[in-house]
Amino acid sequence: MTTTAVSQHQTKWWSGGKSPFNIEYGKLMMWYFLMSDSFTFGAFLISYGTIRFSQNYWPNPSVVFNAFPGAGHANLPLAFVSLMTFILIMSSVTMVLAVHEGHHGNKNGVVKWMAWTIVGGLCFLSCQAWEWHHLITGEHVVLTDQNTLDVIGQTMGGNPWGPHLDPAIAGEALTRTPVEDLAKVVHAHDHSHSIDQLRAMSREQLLGMINLDELHVNRKGPIAFGGYFYGITGFHGFHVFSGVIINIVMLIMAQKGVFERRGHYLMIEKAGLYWHFVDLVWVFVFLCFYLI
Amino acid sequence: MEHTNVSTEITIHHEPSASTKRIWKVFWILLIITMVELGLGLSLYALSLPEGLRMHLIKGTIIILSLAKAYYIVSVFMHLGDEIRNMIMTIVVPLMLFIWFILAFLGDGSSYKNLRNKYDRSYKERTEIGTHKKDTVVHPGGKD
Repeated sequence: MTTTAVSQHQTKWWSGGKSPFNIEYGKLMMWYFLMSDSFTFGAFLISYGTIRFSQNYWPNPSVVFNAFPGAGHANLPLAFVSLMTFILIMSSVTMVLAVHEGHHGNKNGVVKWMAWTIVGGLCFLSCQAWEWHHLITGEHVVLTDQNTLDVIGQTMGGNPWGPHLDPAIAGEALTRTPVEDLAKVVHAHDHSHSIDQLRAMSREQLLGMINLDELHVNRKGPIAFGGYFYGITGFHGFHVFSGVIINIVMLIMAQKGVFERRGHYLMIEKAGLYWHFVDLVWVFVFLCFYLI
Repeated sequence: MEHTNVSTEITIHHEPSASTKRIWKVFWILLIITMVELGLGLSLYALSLPEGLRMHLIKGTIIILSLAKAYYIVSVFMHLGDEIRNMIMTIVVPLMLFIWFILAFLGDGSSYKNLRNKYDRSYKERTEIGTHKKDTVVHPGGKD
């Protein structure tokens, strides 16, 4: 209480005998860890930016990320990732509320807000799992290097969001497409037959089911897109996952009264720093992959 | 509440704030900035702007708004703004490396693109198709 009267400007921070940073050791080390982690994420994102700047063409994120669970093929650009962003901001708020309760030594408050933070983290991870699944298993008709048509998803080995292909070129490529790939092309637009039923059909039957005007065919996009997207969002998702584990440990320790006996909730503050950092990184992942 | 001496590294304690008003204020700021960013991101898509000054202005605005969000998260949620100046500087100064890091590497990427377009015309033709309005027929049955 009395110490607050001393101004930080009057204190000789560098004259020895005290920490010049005025912060508990563990928290200071958490800050340094987060600083180094931000260089790791920064290096990844800058590497992505370098490759993107070296390309003549890059897919438009509003075209790539336009799906929403349960909305079928509706075109809802960036809607789902907005939800994910909102969930993460919200869980950051509940985390800072847990830290706030910790400052006041309110055990029940800490436990309540930590629980909500964990729920938010799990929601975010579930959203990411759905998004990855949707991108990997998506069926997009593309022009192959052999000038035939094929169906691919967004994977590390292929990107289906190249420039849109002129229907005349698509029609010509269709005549060269092997029958097993034709079955996949039909299946990409029409799920009324199973892929096995389609494979049993003849070439003429399959061609009769394809309407060139409705067929959206793209060239293949830059292959680096998948590696960077899954690599960086995966690394971020891994941070969210470990953050959830840390938060669960903190919740259990708070519930058991460990911090109450210790007399302070500094561990909640350290876990909070890590959790906010995860939110901070998402601000930039969101910026680099979805917005620009 | 009473102050148990949390750790010997802390010379000056500052009182934790009594209310959560500031937290909720920052929540609303973050939410509104995110919505503005989304609006701008979607306007890029809806207007399908060509590469040019207007597109770069919009993207630049989105980047500045994201930096503002980062500032609020670090300063208020992570309480760095409440620490003493020495502490703030030991974190912020090393991060200045990013200025060089970003400029140097993005410049390198773009210089690689320009060199390749200049010396490999066929690469330029193959990859710039998407930037034209209408897809031009480049190789109708050229090979195979």
